[in-house]
Amino acid sequence: MSDVADRVKKIVVEHLGVEEGKVTENASFIDDLGADSLDTVELVMAFEEEFGIEIPDDAAETIQTFGDAVKFITEAS
Amino acid sequence: MFDLTGKNALITGASGGIGGEIARALHAAGATVALSGTRVEPLQALADELGERAHVLPCNLSDPEAVEALPKQAAEAMGSVDILVNNAGITRDNLFMRMSDEEWQSVIDVNLTSTFKLCKGVLRGMMKARWGRIINISSVVGATGNPGQGNYAASKAGMIGMSKSLAYEVASRGITVNAVAPGFITTAMTDKLTEDQKAGILQQVPAGRMGEPAEIAAAVLYLASPEAGYVTGTTLHVNGGMAML
Repeated sequence: MSDVADRVKKIVVEHLGVEEGKVTENASFIDDLGADSLDTVELVMAFEEEFGIEIPDDAAETIQTFGDAVKFITEAS
Repeated sequence: MFDLTGKNALITGASGGIGGEIARALHAAGATVALSGTRVEPLQALADELGERAHVLPCNLSDPEAVEALPKQAAEAMGSVDILVNNAGITRDNLFMRMSDEEWQSVIDVNLTSTFKLCKGVLRGMMKARWGRIINISSVVGATGNPGQGNYAASKAGMIGMSKSLAYEVASRGITVNAVAPGFITTAMTDKLTEDQKAGILQQVPAGRMGEPAEIAAAVLYLASPEAGYVTGTTLHVNGGMAML
């Protein structure tokens, strides 16, 4: 697994309090990992800080799964 | 009680009577304050009076770019914004049938839209800190209406609906959002009234007198305090009984 994926996973595990094994490629933050809509906003904030990037609101809305997040951040950073 | 030591507060309209008194109250409780307003001179005079823990951040709230920049400037000056008091407001009174689009829009922009933007601008830091206090200064006329103030009353009622909606969203993060609705308070705004007008108003006030800015500041201090952590989405009416809501 890439370095980006490891760092994203760490943030998701810490923020949502889920087991690492549940954070799979297609795991949806809201449907599978128990996030509410405000959690997803906070996750995006945490990604922005961890990777020093800016994620615009319209892009943030497309980040629904762990895989989406890794893909977006890999391309952006 | 009501110890704000270590908290950083941004107050808009701090050059006015009520805003200045709010700044004094929060500062006296130990908070660091950022004083915002359009007129630099009274802001600087207030900062000099308060001494340490006071920053001056001039901002014209009818300028959208200046509004966007203000939360960042406040966070840079103080390290964070833990308490936001949206107190700045303008009036452009006119009879409804004579009110121009410009009179309507300017009041909505300064009173309501800038409040929205400033709330949005401070939320990120408050969410991370899992603590925050937002206090929006509304008005009794937002609840009762007032002839000649269709624009102002709409902006002040809008602040209350907005505060409640935001209060729902961020309550689980330790952030409270409340409104304070002053009645008739002795300020430069009400000094313009004639004695006859004042007498007419006082007939509607059971307390039989106008309120003092310090009485609004005390309500804000309470809502800003750790002790008010379970109070959110409410409107605290401070109006001498003029409207019992």
